[in-house]
Amino acid sequence: MEKKYCAYICTGCGIGEAVDIAALSGVVSGEMKMECKTHAVLCGEVGKGFIQADIDAGVNTVVIGACSPRVMQDVFDFGADKITIRANLREQVAWSRPEDAKPDYTQELASDYMRMACTQAKKTELPEAYQLESVNKRVLVMGGGIAGLTAAREAAKAGYQVTLVEKAEALGGKALGWRKQFPSKAPWTDLEECSIDEMVKAVTSEGNVTVKTATEVARVAGAPGNFEVTFKAAGTKSEWDAPAKVGADEQDKITKGEMPDPNVGLKIYTEKNADAEKFGSVVLATGWTPADVSEYTHLSPASQNVVTNAQFEKLAKAGKVPAKVAFIQSPGGSENDRDFPYCNSVTSMVALKQAQYVRADNAEGKAYILYQHMRTPGQMELFYKSAQNNDGIFLTKATVTGVEEQGDGSLVVTAKDTLLNEDLTLAVDMVVLAAGLVPTTKDQPTVNLAYRQGPGFLDLDLFDGYADSHFICFPYETRRTGVYTCGGVRKAMTMEETVDDATGAALKAIQCIESADRGVSVHPRSGDNSFPEFFFQRCTQCKRCTEECPFGALDDDEKGTPLPNPTRCRRCGTCMGACPERIINFKNYNIDMIGSMIKAIDVPDDDEDKLRFAVLVCENDAYPAIDMAAMRRKGISNLVRFVPVRCLGSVNMVWIKDALSSGLDGVMLLGCRYGDDYQCHFVKGSEIANKRMDNIGETLKSLGLEPERVKVNQVAITDFDKVPQLVQDFVDEIVALGPNPFKGF
Amino acid sequence: MTDERSTPVAGGVLVVGGGISGLTAALEAAEVGKDVFIIEKNPYLGGRVAQLNQYFPKLCPPSCGLEINFKRLKNNRRIRMYTLTEVKSVSGSAGNYQVTLETKPRFVNSNCTACGACAEACPEERANAFNLGMDKTKAIYKSHDMAFPMRYVIDADACTKCGKCIEACAYQAIEMDMAAKTFTLDVASIVWATGWNPYDATKMTNLKYGSSNAIITNMMMERLAAPGGPTDGKILRPGDNKEPASFAFVQCAGSRDENHLEYCSFICCMATLKQITYIREQYPEAPVTVFYIDLRSPGKYEKFREKLMADPKVTFIKGKVADIIAEADGGVTLVAENAVTGDKVRVKADLAVLATGMEPTAKSLGAQFGLSMDKSGFIIADEATAMFSAGCAKKAADVVTSTQNSTAAALKAIQASR
Repeated sequence: MEKKYCAYICTGCGIGEAVDIAALSGVVSGEMKMECKTHAVLCGEVGKGFIQADIDAGVNTVVIGACSPRVMQDVFDFGADKITIRANLREQVAWSRPEDAKPDYTQELASDYMRMACTQAKKTELPEAYQLESVNKRVLVMGGGIAGLTAAREAAKAGYQVTLVEKAEALGGKALGWRKQFPSKAPWTDLEECSIDEMVKAVTSEGNVTVKTATEVARVAGAPGNFEVTFKAAGTKSEWDAPAKVGADEQDKITKGEMPDPNVGLKIYTEKNADAEKFGSVVLATGWTPADVSEYTHLSPASQNVVTNAQFEKLAKAGKVPAKVAFIQSPGGSENDRDFPYCNSVTSMVALKQAQYVRADNAEGKAYILYQHMRTPGQMELFYKSAQNNDGIFLTKATVTGVEEQGDGSLVVTAKDTLLNEDLTLAVDMVVLAAGLVPTTKDQPTVNLAYRQGPGFLDLDLFDGYADSHFICFPYETRRTGVYTCGGVRKAMTMEETVDDATGAALKAIQCIESADRGVSVHPRSGDNSFPEFFFQRCTQCKRCTEECPFGALDDDEKGTPLPNPTRCRRCGTCMGACPERIINFKNYNIDMIGSMIKAIDVPDDDEDKLRFAVLVCENDAYPAIDMAAMRRKGISNLVRFVPVRCLGSVNMVWIKDALSSGLDGVMLLGCRYGDDYQCHFVKGSEIANKRMDNIGETLKSLGLEPERVKVNQVAITDFDKVPQLVQDFVDEIVALGPNPFKGF
Repeated sequence: MTDERSTPVAGGVLVVGGGISGLTAALEAAEVGKDVFIIEKNPYLGGRVAQLNQYFPKLCPPSCGLEINFKRLKNNRRIRMYTLTEVKSVSGSAGNYQVTLETKPRFVNSNCTACGACAEACPEERANAFNLGMDKTKAIYKSHDMAFPMRYVIDADACTKCGKCIEACAYQAIEMDMAAKTFTLDVASIVWATGWNPYDATKMTNLKYGSSNAIITNMMMERLAAPGGPTDGKILRPGDNKEPASFAFVQCAGSRDENHLEYCSFICCMATLKQITYIREQYPEAPVTVFYIDLRSPGKYEKFREKLMADPKVTFIKGKVADIIAEADGGVTLVAENAVTGDKVRVKADLAVLATGMEPTAKSLGAQFGLSMDKSGFIIADEATAMFSAGCAKKAADVVTSTQNSTAAALKAIQASR
């Protein structure tokens, strides 16, 4: 598109009072050589009409010097074929003036924001969506238990073709072995007959679902809209099994013969299988396995009549259960009051269910549930209450100290700190241990991706092996685009929760397919049609981009040249930030654009008081925090220029070098918290940026610059009360250090 | 996003409620490509979570996720949103509903730039509902820092129509004669995401809420700890602004009690554990006592509980609080029986926090719109009528569970509108 520019400066909301508008306009029309118009209320009907008239006359790229880009976005949207660049003159200039602000400082600040915006307008291009040659809209569901059956049926009911893979001979999963199931609806008090047979029937009679039993997925290659899946007979090995990740160090050892190659006999991960089936997205619903409780020796787990809840369910399904049974929920004795690992609240519910079998099968049946914390959240409390009203079910908080097997095979349970206010000794026929539900993802990759970053999900350590999201607000987001997990692989959950969870996963799978079809990103930059483009001629195969992409979007060939998969990409720009050759760029967000914006900042070289700082700000959290500080009229140092970035991960070292070599006195990066409780929407961006900055210190020293001139800070969106001071402290530190010695070069 | 400025189209999904659940259901459906209307009775979106300081267990601010959701909303032309709007009546049937809605007057039109000149000029004040009445705003006000849409609103009950704001506004944004507007949408399915209200603490007469400033609710604690709250984030006792030297938490204040809410409200245990971290940040040495029945911190919340239970200055007592007595020094004494030892316990605290449960908002409106309800007031999703529930309109749940089942509700709504 041939760009025709015009800039507009709004004088409303205090901008006109803070800044000499004629002079500012002069900077745009003179220095930036862009036509510039001013208006008292650009966002009003008249103001908008004022711009629209120019657009009708051919202007297609507008620079709006007004309020924050976070507001009035709809007003300044002139259509998908027009470019709008915003300069935040209201929040970042007029509303964040320090009390003692000198007019020339404010004026220079506003001028720099207009320079930066004009530069951005010149350097940006309209993105064109990435289109796969053809988008496959079928959904693959792995796992034929309650979660998988639900996901398959719900996706099918929305009109999508589904293939459901189950490794067992029959569909149904764990539920096939249940005698009864928890209440799934009001009044939430009574056990229900199992509905698994109907669920299976509903899926097998659903025209849109293809069922493959006794089948496993060897590997999932490709990307959303075009996954290529190789199936194999369950329990067999295949040359198409997903290869383990071999890092550079490991490859070295393998070459030297110091370690065996884990991928002997396997096709390399990039090899295409002509027989693979194509899918648009994947739902992983491979469930859980019962936990091993043999380590709790004080509970005599080896005794014949000490069983797990899973074993007890089998007994109950097969026939009559004993008359006196103790259910032990917490194995920690006096040391801790935890439930067994991998329990969530499900095992409390299981004990309540199984206690009823004891009552149903025995006229004089007695079930003792010994718990530390009875966990029946929400409506499940009503099921708990109905058990409390059952005469033969005894519930007490208790610290279970041991289980002893007697000569006749019966058992004695000892406990203390009970609600009966005394030490308790129970003689019972059977003890049931509330073993947890271990996700299938704990020790196996399970999803079997043929990706450069390896076959499994990442961050599993953080979630005890669950393939879960780390985001409270966005529970389906993992680091593998187009693969959504549900049911037991995510957490131990009841059937009712599983049905909801699987339905949600089906939605995400469909949404990902439709997004790939439109050529736009999924969460969190949903709808973004830009994507990174690579200038391969200059690639040095350093592999930084392939290693650092938080979403594993990049594969590579034998030489190490990246093979992009745009439909896996979330558009954070971490690859762009990583690339030392600067060959990765987006049409509307690139190295040259941000670098030029930084260089557009006017650096006075004759005034020691007028130092200049660039602050690269994460647009998701830090930028809104600065806006909110401004709304509260908290003064922010007017020596600082804020530059929004998609994520700190996208910050390329060259921008820092550009800033310092053009005479700026310091550069700060403001991004999200990282670590175990990370808040980065792209998971790793702020952490990676921090690591990169550790390395830049050395580079700066070699240039004769103090490493203090570059700083990274973590802020939350609610830190609007702290950000102004954080910025001021940095400014003060550099002021004490003195101006950049390169200034004026 | 398209707001009330444009004309609605027919045949989409209506989402009732603009909290985290409604936003999630609306966005997830719209990002598949469906037309969605979202309505919210407050002047802003974000609902209950907008009032929370942090989420458990990550201790991250809810406004971080809201910001992303608002961005998604602004970028999506398939969603139309209406604030200050409620459902008046529903007629028709699955696939073909006519929903009559009423938008209350904001008295501030879309010219508003949120510059704040009006509030500066306004001489009248009102109790700030967003901060649970713990401070005041002007009669013309912005709901909170993250208000979306970012626009002022007039509280008609507090406004005397003196006209000072009209004079102060440079943008002709104030319309004192703005009237309520009724309109009808044709939709195929409805997702009810009407959320919850904190259970009315005055109903537990033994807990004496209202008898002393030292007795607050857990929602008040959220606002006291929030940077945008009435005390700018400093936890102070309402009334005398004293820095509390000791704290007590009363769990199941209304929940698991057949005289009040017979279900478990799911979030209060974790909310209390989270609020202890707020206290610890400001008062590292203050003793804290928690009275509980069971600590429901299952699954990945268990680590969080253990970390807090390791704090030597936090005492956990299994036992229900029988009485709270206001003391002359402004504090209170909590009386309870320790269920394990049988001892009667009396604990003195400068601030007592009632962990009040959640009461579904839909309780009062279910019958008139033909919804299937359980006896607690939660809405039962019904595929046959294409009426679905999401978040805490469906069941007492934490945010993760709410966003999960809201995503599920989005798919059910899409199926119904095929």
